[in-house]
Amino acid sequence: MGLLRYFAIRAALIIPTVLILYTLVFFILRVLPGDPLTAILGTKNIPPAELKALRHQLGLDKPLIVQYFDYLWNVLHGNFGTSLVVRGRPIAADIFQRLPATIELSIAAMFVSLVIGLVTGYIAAVKKDTVVDSAMRFYGALAYTLFIPWLGLLFQLVFSVWLHVLPSGGRIDPGMAPHPYTGFYLIDSLIEGRLDKFLDALAHLVLPALTLGIVLSGPYTRLLRNSMVRVLESDFVAAYYARGIRKRKIMLHALRNAITPVATYAGLQFALLLGGAILTETTFSWPGIGTYLVDAIMYRDYPAVQAVVIVFAFFVGVISLFVDLLYALLDPRVRY
Amino acid sequence: MTEPLLVVDNLKVYYYTLTGIVKAVDGVSFSVPGSELAAVVGESGSGKTTLGYSILGLIPPPGRRVSGRILIDNVDITSLHGEALRRARGELVSMVFQNPFTTLDPVRRVGDQVVEVMTEHGVPKDEAWRRAEEIFTKLGLPPRLLKAYPHQLSGGQRQRVAIAAAVALNPKLVVADEPTTALDVIVQEQIMELLDSLRRQGMTIMLITHDIALAATWATKVIVMYAGTLVEYGSVEEVVGEPLHPYTRGLINATPSVDRKDRPKSIPGLPPDLRRPPPGCRFHPRCPYAMDKCRKEPPTLIEASPGHYVSCHLYTEGRR
Repeated sequence: MGLLRYFAIRAALIIPTVLILYTLVFFILRVLPGDPLTAILGTKNIPPAELKALRHQLGLDKPLIVQYFDYLWNVLHGNFGTSLVVRGRPIAADIFQRLPATIELSIAAMFVSLVIGLVTGYIAAVKKDTVVDSAMRFYGALAYTLFIPWLGLLFQLVFSVWLHVLPSGGRIDPGMAPHPYTGFYLIDSLIEGRLDKFLDALAHLVLPALTLGIVLSGPYTRLLRNSMVRVLESDFVAAYYARGIRKRKIMLHALRNAITPVATYAGLQFALLLGGAILTETTFSWPGIGTYLVDAIMYRDYPAVQAVVIVFAFFVGVISLFVDLLYALLDPRVRY
Repeated sequence: MTEPLLVVDNLKVYYYTLTGIVKAVDGVSFSVPGSELAAVVGESGSGKTTLGYSILGLIPPPGRRVSGRILIDNVDITSLHGEALRRARGELVSMVFQNPFTTLDPVRRVGDQVVEVMTEHGVPKDEAWRRAEEIFTKLGLPPRLLKAYPHQLSGGQRQRVAIAAAVALNPKLVVADEPTTALDVIVQEQIMELLDSLRRQGMTIMLITHDIALAATWATKVIVMYAGTLVEYGSVEEVVGEPLHPYTRGLINATPSVDRKDRPKSIPGLPPDLRRPPPGCRFHPRCPYAMDKCRKEPPTLIEASPGHYVSCHLYTEGRR
């Protein structure tokens, strides 16, 4: 069957993507100035013999090519290595502990961006060439240019400092963290049956999700508006009118036609979403992969950075594969 | 004579564009009895398509009906608005478009699209599906195709589906805008046969076409339009058999035919810019018989013989 074959090929293509990214990051990390030892020890005044011993212990004295394949070999066996900074701590444990936080934020932000983008784009298209249309398009351009930390700080100032309605950072209030059944606080709190924890986690999620969601919504506004305007000019829309179909229904049919390019873009957007998540996490001290990655880069924690990049790349590959499948569901003409 | 089913009375539709007012339909009047296939013939830009859209109250912006009335089965469609106009579309009058490849929603099953026409006009869903099957069978489509998507159908099948959607509610009048232009000759024949059979069952068809040969074969009435005005109207025998207006004669002579050896003679010149139509008769710059009067005074529509109307100064004094 065509779909299965396509699925297999696309899935197989994730492997070279991850490999290339790993290779790039591996070498860029080592070209960058600074090295993990000075970052960890915080001083340069260490006896050279001790430094050498430590270097040997961490395996950093091996030739680059050996390090490269050693790490790859370990990853293939499901071993992401141990942190250079917190010695002996398995990186995989850190990542899987923090990954749900990032996914929770990403999904919430994606949801926010799609809702805002689709609503504004739809309104703009229906009110084409009016003041409303111009306003929506202006919003789309503006949102796209906003800088995440700037918007995040603005929200913190307004909603946390001035209005005191939402927390300015973190994922949940101290002591409120639910048992990590899934790692998603919104789900875990409900499993525990603690509505107070759920609301607390939700309150913490609102500002980061809104910040990231708004910045990512701009392209959706413009994309849906333009796509919808094109669809509304097509013959079949005129034919719907000629058959006496209600305008509201015609608009929904047009939306269905207009949404396919948006779905494609949403898939491509996922890489941007993760990039944005890093900025958002640092702005809101969100304990996800983003903050972890930033710390790892600061300390030149080579294996940690490599592991995060591999996990991210794998993730983006899988998501875009699913978006492609979704595309086939949205548009019956798409056959693989 | 039977009560006219379609009456167009002094219809004027202008497009208000940035470069001027385009008088696409400028004072057109005619009436068509029921159960006829009336062909509106003219070149591109003659206003025939605008006339078709006007009949459904679907004039695209920046167009606007400036004056005139359109009665379909004694209902003045120009007086309808909102919900009443929506209900009239589909129930009273409907339309088949030129390009069957673009007039069906590509992402919905054709059955859903045909059924929707009925459910949107108050037919219960089960009954609508049953009727859709009947209509498909009647129009020569296997009912299993109700489950197909438009891209899975051929051009001819798609046009049949479009016709099915247009006639689902059994409207009195169907406007067919060049319904066969995008199809090959054999399929064209089949679609015209289909429209003709609908006519014989009592539906009135208004066929908009640039092809006077097609009109000669299938129409019972022919309306010839030139530059937004009606120049000749009558039964097909009269208009095609004994054309009165020089433009109609030109059109007929310009039509190539398979069994004719001589080359078709085109009409010299081009249709006028409808933002600045020529004074007097709009055809006079291209007319071999143009007289002084033609340049000054627009001709009025006169009944040259019973039921045969022409708008030309050659006939205003009752002589040829």
